[in-house]
Order: sequence, then C-alpha cells, then structure tokens
Amino acid sequence: MTGPAAAGTGALLEVSGVTVRLAVEGARRPVLREVSLDIRPGEAVGLVGESGSGKSMTARAVGRLLPRGAEVTGTIRFAGRDVAGLSGAELRGYRGQVAMIFQDPRAHTNPVRRIGDFLTEALRTNQGVPAREATQRAVDMLAQVGIEDGARRLRQYPHQLSGGLLQRVMIAAALLTGPRLLLADEPTTALDVTTQAEVMAILDDLRRRLGLGMLFITHDLELAAAICDRTAVMYAGQIVEIRESALLHSDPLHPYTAALAAARPDIARTAPRLRAIPGRPLSAFEAPEGACSFAPRCAHAEDRCRATAPGIIELDGGLSRCLRARDLRGQLGGEPEHEARPGQPAGPLEAADA
Amino acid sequence: MLAASLLIASFVIFAAVYLAPGNPISALSGGRSLPASSVALLEQRYHLNDPFFVRYWYWLDGALHGNLGISITLREDVSTLIASRIWTTAGLVLYASLLIVVFGIGLGILSGLRPGLVDTGTLMVTAFSAAIPAFVAAIVLILLFAVRLRWFPALGNGTGFLDNVRHLTLPAVALAVSSLAIVARVTRATVREEAGREHVQTAVSRGIPARQLIRRHVLRNAAIPITTITGITIASLIAVAAVVETAFSLNGLGAYLVQAAESKDLAVVQGISLVLVTAFVMVNLIVDLLYAVLDPRVTLGSRAQ
Amino acid sequence: MSAATLTPQKRGQAVLAARARPLGQLRATGPAGIAAACAIAAATFLAVFGAVLAPYNGNLADLSLAWVGPTGGHLLGFDFQGRDVLSRLLAGARTSMLGPFAVVLMSMTAGTVLAVTSAWRRGLTDSVVSSGLDILFAFPGILLAVLATAVFGPGLTAASIALAIAYMPYVARVLRGAALKERSQPYVAALEVQGAPATVICLRHLVPNMMPLIVAQATIMFGWAMVDLAAISFLGLGVQPPSPNWGVMISENQTGIMQGYPLPALAAGICIVVVVIAFNILGERLFARAEAERA
Repeated sequence: MTGPAAAGTGALLEVSGVTVRLAVEGARRPVLREVSLDIRPGEAVGLVGESGSGKSMTARAVGRLLPRGAEVTGTIRFAGRDVAGLSGAELRGYRGQVAMIFQDPRAHTNPVRRIGDFLTEALRTNQGVPAREATQRAVDMLAQVGIEDGARRLRQYPHQLSGGLLQRVMIAAALLTGPRLLLADEPTTALDVTTQAEVMAILDDLRRRLGLGMLFITHDLELAAAICDRTAVMYAGQIVEIRESALLHSDPLHPYTAALAAARPDIARTAPRLRAIPGRPLSAFEAPEGACSFAPRCAHAEDRCRATAPGIIELDGGLSRCLRARDLRGQLGGEPEHEARPGQPAGPLEAADA
Repeated sequence: MLAASLLIASFVIFAAVYLAPGNPISALSGGRSLPASSVALLEQRYHLNDPFFVRYWYWLDGALHGNLGISITLREDVSTLIASRIWTTAGLVLYASLLIVVFGIGLGILSGLRPGLVDTGTLMVTAFSAAIPAFVAAIVLILLFAVRLRWFPALGNGTGFLDNVRHLTLPAVALAVSSLAIVARVTRATVREEAGREHVQTAVSRGIPARQLIRRHVLRNAAIPITTITGITIASLIAVAAVVETAFSLNGLGAYLVQAAESKDLAVVQGISLVLVTAFVMVNLIVDLLYAVLDPRVTLGSRAQ
Repeated sequence: MSAATLTPQKRGQAVLAARARPLGQLRATGPAGIAAACAIAAATFLAVFGAVLAPYNGNLADLSLAWVGPTGGHLLGFDFQGRDVLSRLLAGARTSMLGPFAVVLMSMTAGTVLAVTSAWRRGLTDSVVSSGLDILFAFPGILLAVLATAVFGPGLTAASIALAIAYMPYVARVLRGAALKERSQPYVAALEVQGAPATVICLRHLVPNMMPLIVAQATIMFGWAMVDLAAISFLGLGVQPPSPNWGVMISENQTGIMQGYPLPALAAGICIVVVVIAFNILGERLFARAEAERA
C-alpha cells in the first residue's frame, strides 16, 4: 500500500509491504513488518523512531545492505524498477544512484586509506573516471561541503580529521557519484551539538540545491520535522504514522507520535516532571501478532486495541496505524495529558518517584 | 628501545659466565684443569685482572669486530665455528618461515573468507597441530616420511644445494607445524573481524566489486595484525631451531649451542647466544618497521602488542 | 540470558554467583572444556601417584628385552634399555608436570606483582617496569634456559627458573592492561578515600577481580611451559636420564624410530601432545569467558 499522494508512477522510491526476517538467536524473527512508504523525486522524508523500531533496518533494506541470511518479502521499487532482483553490474549501478550516509563516520571510513582514496574510489572503480579528474571532482565537492583546503585534506588520513569534518567528507563522498536518493542514517547523532547544526545545514542545503530525494533517519522528531517535507514514525518494526512535517506537532494521527512530541524536554518551558512514555520500546520480534504493538504503553488504548492488529488508515492527507485514529482526531495535538493509567507498567522515571 | 634490549641482553650473556659457581677460570675452562701457561693466557685474553665493566667492554668490542673468543673444546675461533654453521640455521629458519607465510597465512585467509567446510576443517586441524611441539613433530615426520615412505632423508645436512634443501624439508616442516597453526588461526580471526567492520559496509554501499573490496579493505587492513603475529612467530623459530637441529642431527648453530652447553664450552655458548639474540631482536625490529609502514596511525616504536 | 539484556546490578550478581561455583564455571566452558579439564585432572593425578600406580619398575633395565613390542602385561612394550614403557610413562608424569607447574607459579606470581604494582603506582614506576620488561622480551625462553643450564649445570631447576623469567614480561603485559582497567574503577577510588592501604586494596580487591584472567593465562602458560621444558629435556639439558620424563623418553628412544620400533618415543610424544592440547583448549575457553565477563 503506498502513500496517498504518490500516483505510483512518479515516485522515486516505493517501499510496499516490506517484511524483513532475521535469524535472531536461532529462530527467524521479523525486524520489519509490512513497511510501506514512498519518496517523490526531490522530496525529503523523515523516519523517526526509538532504538529497535526498525528505522535503520528500513534504510538497509532499501540500500540492499541487509545481513546475509535476511529474508525479505514485499517490494522495493526505485524509479519503477524492482530492487530485490538486481545483481552484478546492475546492482552496482543502483548503488551509485542511492547513496548512504552512515552514523559514525570514524567507524565507517577505512583508517589505513587516505581521504582522497575514500572519496574517489567509487568514481574510479565503477564509473571509470580517470584519477586526475576524480581528484578534481573530489576537491570541488569538498568545497561544497565547506572544506576549503581540499587538496591537502585528500592526502590526510581519517584519524587526522575531527568527527564533524569526517562526516562532511562522508556526505561529499555520497554525493560524488551523482545519486538521486540519499539514505541518511542518523548522520549527526555521533557528533557534538554545535557540529550537528553545521553538518545538518550543509546536508539540507546541498540536498535542496541538487534536487535529491532523501530518507532521513533520526530519533529526534523535531529535527526530522525541521528539514523533511513529510515524516514517518516507526514503532516495533512498523510504520505507525506518515504525516506532513508541519502538522506532526499540532495534529498527529497516532498516540505514539503525540507521546514522542510531548516527551521531548522543551528548553523554553519549565515543567514539574519530564514526561516519559511508560514502559520500554518494543522490537519488532517482541510485538504481539494480533494486537496493536503500542497498546500496553498507550494512554488511549481500549480493549479492541489489544484484540485486533490495526491496519493503515488514511486521514487528512496522512496515514495512521491506529484503530482509534478517527476518534482521537484533534485530541492528540498540542499538550496531551499523559499520566500512566492505574495498572499500567511504569517507565523508569515514573517508578523512581513511586 | 630494541637497541637497549640488545645491549642489556649482551650484558646478561656476558655476565652469565661470572654467575657460575666457582671462579671465572674454572667456568671458562668448564671445570677442566689447565696448565699455568693456559691460565695466564686466559687471564690475559679475558682481562680477568681488570674491573668487571672493562672486561665487558673488551668482550663487546671484540664481538662487534667478529672476535668472539676461542672454543675450549675445539680450540678454534668461535667466530669461525659459528660462520660454518650459520647457514644451516638460517636456511632452516627461512624455509620454515616460507612455509608459515605461504600455508599459514594462505589457509587463514581462505578459511576466514569462506565459512563452511573449509573453515571448520581448518579450525580443527589447527587446534590440534598448534599443540604439537617441534620435536614430537620431528619424530612423527621421520617415522612417516623418512622411514616408512622414504620420501625424505632422516638425518644430516646433505651435500650440494638441492640435496641440502631436501634434507632441510622435514626439519623445516617440523619447525613450522605449530607456528603455522597459530598464524592460520590468528589470520582467520583477523580476516573475519575486518570483513565485519563498518567501513567495509560503506564500500559495499558504494558498489565496490567484491574482489576489490576484499583486497583493498579487508586484507589490507588485516595485514597489520597478521604481519605482527607472523613476525613474532618467525622470531620464536630462532630459538626452537635448536631443538629441530638436534632431532635431525643437523650441524646448525642451535645444535652446536646445545653441545657447547653440555660440555660447558662457555665462550661458544656466549657467542652463539649473542648471535641468536641479535637475530631475534632484528626480526622484531623489522616487524616494528613493517607495522609503522602498514598502519598510518602509529609512529615508530609504539607497537602495542 | 545474554549479558546485554541484564542491568548492571543483575550482571554483577550473576558474576559473583558464577564465581562462587567453580564447577559451574567449568561446566560453562562447554563439553570440550570439560573433556580438557578431565584430561588435566588425570595427568595431575598421575603426576602425584604415577610412580606408585606403575605396574612395573620403570627403572629396571633388561637389555635382552630392548625394543620388544607390547606383550601380555606390558601394554606398551619395552624401551631401548628393556624397561617397561607404560611404567616409565606413568612415573614420568611427575617431572613432566612438576616443571611446568613451577614455571607457571613463579612467572604468574612475579608477573602479577609487577603488573599490579606498575598499574597502581603508574607514572615513573610504570615506565621503568614496562621498559625493563620490554627488554626481557628480547630473550626467547628456550635460549635463556639453555644459557642457564650451561652456566648452572643441566637440570629442571635452572631451566624452570630461566623459563619463568622469560615468560614473566608476557604475563605482566597481559595483566597490566587488566590491572589498569580495574584500578580506574570507581570502587577503588571509594576505597582509597576510606583510607584503605594500597596493599589491602590490591590484594583484597584488584587481584580477585582479575582472577578469571589470571587463571586463564596460567592455564595457557602451563601448555607452553610443558612444551619448552620437554624440549629442554629432549635436548639433554633438563631432566637427566635415567630419570623418567616424557621429553627425555623421546630423545632416548629416537633411534627406535629409525630402526622400526617407534612405539616408546611415540607414546611419550602422544602424552605430551594430549596434555598440551587439553591445557590449550581449557585455557582458550577460560580466556573467552574472562573477556566476556569484562565486556
């Protein structure tokens, strides 16, 4: 099932009903369940969720970077072509079109090879670009990400650059192959706060200028909303909401989104107590089959939520995986009251008070 | 640092003679009684009437100029005796090193990159052979290949280059067996570890073809720990060669060292010990250099492991 | 229950509970570990009681029986001097196990003391000790042992002490890392603030927390010491004939290999290999557990 706005033919990326199973401690367990989303050319879609929600796994599925032995059902189409069937030279061509930016730049660069090697490797190998030209393009791209003395940097090794610089290099490397879609997996999480803002600005700016699509993965709802046109929220391996970013705060369609938005401490206000979501986030393989996976932690759950697995409902240009989405329209936005109901498991902050 | 090691090692070797019970003369003569003229000669040659460190200086100076004293038992220059035997030992160690590098690293890479039957087989075989001491390997090899199959000679050096190589084969295998297993295991583990690293994922995500991936990102990175363990292992061969030479009756430095130790020919023991320790330190030095070359993150002399 | 899903308190409790039951620890090393431990126990038992259990006098030579193969009552036949091989093997377990034991005891003690001291004091003491140990690295064990026997005469004592000295820097290096890590734990600072003297903290807290690593290292080292000492005895510089010893037996009976009587030498070789493999397997498993515990 694809999003409401995509006509199917115009989408750059179409993920339809993708379920991914991995061998976890012997058994095959799902890490993604029926994930569907789409990205139009030039559109940035955010993917937000807590640890274990499956957001990284989604990017990996799109990028064909799943671990060996992963079972994938459903389809992923890029520019209309099915990605799962690609192999060999076609797969390498696809990888040139879809570039991934990873979270920890230091772990994701080879420490014994120079920056120049890192930047130009794909160009020289896959696109047959001669070394001199590749180097020149690398220097130009470094300038675009705000690194001026590119020629000198090319000769350096990763350990000689700071985290922020290295992440800019990673972004430059991703852009050098001329991709049409960026998969950014928490690109700023490993950096300190001031550097985060810089790198984010560069990424956003370049993306818009080059007209690239982007899947932006983060645990920070605000950040996603700030730079993405639409944002998808994941929980326990499923998409629970897709909404225009601007409406995410004021008019969310799923209780989890509302809770995420409310849980973030706001620097401008003082509150008597941090609002935590009671309980702990579930991974996909822990979620029950025939029920809503968020029900145990949800302030609005009813009996039917624990008895039926909710499907996707279209509402007002967005999507929601909540049985009560229509009922709760208008109640979820703004400042929802979010105390734990009696009998609910308490989260760490609640328990500390008791 | 290694130069300091060498210096102190030479001092220990030198001083050892004086640790022996009894006076230096009896130590040098191995307890044999000597005529007065010989005693006077020894006193003069070894500067026994001079202070300790002066004696050390004379010895060291002599050693650096190739003069290592005289063998009591054979009455020849120690340096000459060493020179005639050094090629056997060097050949043996080189031959064994070749086997270790080619088969040990090769096997390790193969089983590291391909999980499955090859891998399990390698693990089992190496677990077993890593525990086989060189002299046990020696007798098994002699039994199988020299006595039963008659493919190789059992003892001695042989004459002429090719015959020498033939005679050195079983000893080299015996020497290499357990080290080969260790190098193979470490290589396998290292290759596995490097293949699982995140930067390899990055290269995959950019469509780098498999062959290139393995060469430039897995093996190149694995080369660092592999070189270190191979170097250390080869250095240890220098000492164990003595055991293998004795088992196969080869006239190398190691076997001669053992004979000299038994007959208390201390000048020879000192001389050969010095040569062997120097060789050991040299190999370690080469490993350090290679490590600094291969890994741009380290500066010379800071090898952690 | 993987360590990752436990809270720090639960993990600590699990570690303590596991430590209190050494047999449980052993069981956790898997079937191979248990088999290895059994082999080691058997060898130790023989080391103590071997000579008594031997069916015949292993030192009784009868040249007319030289090289005779296995016959009734003499399961492994006779060696080059007509002595019963099985009896010699059983009696030889003592020196073959005792030497490595002494080496391990000496080098582990000295190495632990040095590692803990230099980790505790840090600064100058650490640099001096580390440099000193680095220099010792220049001496391969066997070489030092040969040198020692040349100076002090052949025998197990000189060789064992020499090997212990040669192994010590390795022990100290491995343990120093662990000691440094322990030393920087908050509980150590807490104890210091309470005024506990350094020796007490080290002995009562630091060392016990490093115990899994120490035991693992000692186990693997036993294997190396056994190989090296057997080699020294094989060379004729260790245990002297006619004392029974596995390494000596190989060298004594080597001529048998070429004359078609391989059994005595092979039997001794197999004993050595089996015990060394056992120590290697157990040691590797113990190492893996020590690593997992501190992860």
